[in-house]
Amino acid sequence: MKRYITRRLIQLIPILLGITLLSFLLMNTGTADAVDVMENNTGGVLSEEEKVALRAELGLDRPLLQQYVIWLGKILRGDMGESFVSGQPVFSTFISKLPATIYLTVTSIVVTVLLSIPLGIVSAVKQNQITDYFIRCLSFIGNSLPNFFVSLLLIYFFSLKLNLLPVMGNNAGWKSVILPTLTLSFSMTSKYTRQVRAAVLEELNKDYVQGARARGIREKRILYFSVLRVSMLTIITLLALSIGSLLGGTAIVESVFMWDGVGKMAVDAITMRDYPVIQAYVSWMALIYVCVNLVTDIIYHYLDPRIRLGEEV
Amino acid sequence: MEERQKATRRRRQVGKDGIKLKMILFGAMVAGVVLMAVLAPYLVPYDPYEQDLGNALLPPGGVHLLGTDRYGRDMLSRVIMGSQSTIFSALLLVAVITVIGSTVGILCGCHGGKLDALLMRVSDIFLAFPGMVFAIAAASVLNGGILNAVAALACISWPKYARIARSQVMTIKTMPYIAAARLSGSGAFKIVIKHMIPNIAGPVIVTAVLDIGTMIMEIAGLSFLGLGATPPTAEWGSMMSNGRSMLQTSPWVVLAPGVAVFLTVMIFNLAGDTVRDLLDPRQRGR
Repeated sequence: MKRYITRRLIQLIPILLGITLLSFLLMNTGTADAVDVMENNTGGVLSEEEKVALRAELGLDRPLLQQYVIWLGKILRGDMGESFVSGQPVFSTFISKLPATIYLTVTSIVVTVLLSIPLGIVSAVKQNQITDYFIRCLSFIGNSLPNFFVSLLLIYFFSLKLNLLPVMGNNAGWKSVILPTLTLSFSMTSKYTRQVRAAVLEELNKDYVQGARARGIREKRILYFSVLRVSMLTIITLLALSIGSLLGGTAIVESVFMWDGVGKMAVDAITMRDYPVIQAYVSWMALIYVCVNLVTDIIYHYLDPRIRLGEEV
Repeated sequence: MEERQKATRRRRQVGKDGIKLKMILFGAMVAGVVLMAVLAPYLVPYDPYEQDLGNALLPPGGVHLLGTDRYGRDMLSRVIMGSQSTIFSALLLVAVITVIGSTVGILCGCHGGKLDALLMRVSDIFLAFPGMVFAIAAASVLNGGILNAVAALACISWPKYARIARSQVMTIKTMPYIAAARLSGSGAFKIVIKHMIPNIAGPVIVTAVLDIGTMIMEIAGLSFLGLGATPPTAEWGSMMSNGRSMLQTSPWVVLAPGVAVFLTVMIFNLAGDTVRDLLDPRQRGR
């Protein structure tokens, strides 16, 4: 186990270097020149000499690789530069917006789990019956609806027509989290209901279930004590892996609902061409994603002895 | 016993026929949607870009079946016209990533060694990004535009295909028929074209077809954020984004393109599932 974790951590290093290099290059080979962007954003007019001086000050005149190394050193110290727009340090802005995004991610995952697992099980147990077709049909519809459309539909019905929930912002207490959470968990539930169904069906077709049935063990007991426990492993991994995509996918939903998290921060930064902020967003999201995946793999490894043995042989 | 076997066989046959029937039906629907996109300029009842402020925000019905937007442009015409940019760019995107991804995958699988290790590490890095995050950043650096949105999504999506193609090549590389082809004097290029590609195509095609719907949603999503098609181009995502503020007073401005995205994605997903059932029977009914 220890050896596995160490090996995974070592494998992580080139990936992290790659991620940072890629997000660095992305922002520095772009068509826009940082100094020009700053000039536009602040509204001031700079002479060519001033621009050259400013470029030297920001280190933009050095070779790209050198710039990258300097930038990387700064990141490790938590210094990601200042926003072109507000002049605030990017890193602390990012940290201050992160809790809102994590809050939304957690509520969405909880709702998804509470909906998709029961629906998936029912669908599997009642395979090819009306209930199953109904659930599959719903999940199919959910898979085909883009989340920005879902969010607008929810706003239309719940906020504008029924006047039940606030339209946007995260300042109306628990009520304001409902619509963004529903939007995010709607598409996730559709996806995971299918996967839970597939996982449970696969287990149900195994020999030990037949054996248990033959011994006269009640169907419910087989389902809850054997089948669920085994298929839960697959389901947990899938859910954990979706945290990463959820963190990224919140960008659109956050900006529709004016939810003041990192996703909205990134979308706002894009309209203002605020490159340091976008850079921080991309690198940190990738970092979080990689870490979540690593932890998932380790948990999976820990929970399922079959994989552990397979690795060590 | 024999009776039972016969029954099973018959049931299997029925299942297969059902899938073929579904394939024809959904294939026709996909063809219909694509045809609509191709013929869009001839199908529109009005000029989708002509403004008529006197008839702004008319509700659906009458001469404007889906109403008009805030500049008095006919919504139905704009939705039909919008199918062009969304569907064509999604198809282009899937074609590009399928070709690039499988080329890299085949190259890695056949060549092995350092090239394989290097390219696979590169794909690891791309896979480490949450897809939409990278696409948003890349599209914003490229300054928007629908082709740039396609490029941004292509950047992040090819590794999946490389992985699939590579693992397929790895499994068939050691098969006797490849060795036989080599012994009978076929060069590496001929083996790849004549023997490998036809045999690895199945899983790659299934992934590609299933991806079209997702890509339509992602392109529309980037346009919704203002990173894809730019106004006044009729594109579903940006039409919805522009109509957001009028949701309360004239919801059809948002609903029409929204339903269009939904129906198109659904048709491509239905076709994708059927293709998978047809080519990969193990996954049937999942």
